[in-house]
Amino acid sequence: MTTTPLERAERRKAWGFALPALIFTIAFFLVPFLYMAAISFWKREGREIVASWTLDNYAAFFGKPHLLKALFNSLEVTAIVTVISILLAYPLAWIIAERVPRRWQRFALIMAILPFWTSYVVRSYSWLLVLSGGGVVNQALMWTGLISEPLQLSANRVGTVIGFVHFFVMLLTLTIYANLVQLSPNYRRAAADLGANGFQTFRHVILPLTLPGIMVGAFLTFVLCIGDYITPQILGGNNELVLPQVIMLQLGRRADFPMAAALSLVLMVVVTIAYLACARWLKMERT
Amino acid sequence: MRHLNTALSTLYASALYVFIFLPVAVLVLFSFQDGTLPVPPLHGLTLRWYGEIFADAKLMSALMHSLVVALASSAVACVLGFLAAYAFARYTLPASALQRALIVAPMTVSTLIIGLGLLSLFSRFNVTLSLWTVGIGHVVINLPLCFAIIYASMGGHQVNIERAARDLGARDWQVMALVTAPMLAPSILAAFFLSVTFSWDEFIVAFLLSRFDVTLPVEIWSMLRSGLDPKTNAIGSVVFLISVVFLIVMELAVFRKSGKSK
Repeated sequence: MTTTPLERAERRKAWGFALPALIFTIAFFLVPFLYMAAISFWKREGREIVASWTLDNYAAFFGKPHLLKALFNSLEVTAIVTVISILLAYPLAWIIAERVPRRWQRFALIMAILPFWTSYVVRSYSWLLVLSGGGVVNQALMWTGLISEPLQLSANRVGTVIGFVHFFVMLLTLTIYANLVQLSPNYRRAAADLGANGFQTFRHVILPLTLPGIMVGAFLTFVLCIGDYITPQILGGNNELVLPQVIMLQLGRRADFPMAAALSLVLMVVVTIAYLACARWLKMERT
Repeated sequence: MRHLNTALSTLYASALYVFIFLPVAVLVLFSFQDGTLPVPPLHGLTLRWYGEIFADAKLMSALMHSLVVALASSAVACVLGFLAAYAFARYTLPASALQRALIVAPMTVSTLIIGLGLLSLFSRFNVTLSLWTVGIGHVVINLPLCFAIIYASMGGHQVNIERAARDLGARDWQVMALVTAPMLAPSILAAFFLSVTFSWDEFIVAFLLSRFDVTLPVEIWSMLRSGLDPKTNAIGSVVFLISVVFLIVMELAVFRKSGKSK
């Protein structure tokens, strides 16, 4: 196929528009990422990184129980957070979509996600004010006489989970709501005509139709939760480390770039598996 | 039955709204605490902590850094994203699906990995960490977002208007700047404001890629190491206020306008 000079000029122009973004992405995303992947197979000698290929870092990951434990902690926390967040967010999204008058829905939704826009660091810190030994919750409970000793609500997994659930309830309310308002009321009418009661309609009609929204929200929750460092570090304390905390430790305390890079790649593989599972599921759902 | 349902719904929604607002409310409330610890009981109200943070040179310079980085990196991300979206929507490029996938790829990768990759590369080439490196990191994070939003709104319906402009003698850059960009203004503005809020709040990349001129989240992070402090509450409340202002501006500027034009 021959191209005319005009076509060639057009194509040059197209490249001119696309190239800045492409070059930027290659230079500051792809190249650093590949370089980091390479480093994960190198090793650290003293403070130098030596480019001799080895699987030592990955062997260390699978050989050291505390590193493997961090991955399992991450997976456990993420699973707990995802399930609790969905269970809490679904009814709220449903109430906003069904019970709130139409002209107030946008306002109700904005209010539901308003604290989303506080600084993430500050939001985790403010949970500390609520949950710590002398914090609001413990003081209130002791004042009412329900407990005599402060509950341990922070510097452990409870704190991490509460902090995360707070964040992801807002996110999931948004994605599930978006799914719910798109449903035609005809589905419900048809189910009622066929004699289904409220629960049956929900179980067999509404829930299956909103599963894609739940899955998208759950996937976002999974990715953001498992890769997050701030909430576990502020609210979780240092007893049960998650993977991002371990990565930052390798970096900060030990300046061990190769090990940090290897752990990051493990994190990335886990997220990729979750993505593939999710994409596969969504595709199956559609066909 | 119907009444019971309504009552239960109201109760549930209220409980969850309390849960959602609890930390922010406590944060703001105890930023006025007249004592050195931001914990109950609340005694005495004071504006002392607000005075102290506005007199704190380190905090104020971090705040300025955050604003500069957020505005500059979002502007760059928007321009690059707009140009690329224009190229892919108006021309046929070889392997364009693959190229688009490359541009949005950073969105699927955790920011920790993006920061770590850039940090390894920068230290390999002895690049000094500064606001510039933080800004580059934020463009990496925001470019996919800007591209995706603007590309999604580049439908075929603007093509005829662009062609008309060209027939009337407009040059490529004139079409782009005077016809296409104004038509897409709502989505360009949405992309810009959204990436400003992301960059303004981003911690991990800013933490890894800055040294002395840190951004506000990083400065707050280092303040946290000294424990609970009403000053942290005050600066946190200010950050919240600024974010809400951004949100209101976005709501008014972007959604009102796009609603009117429909």
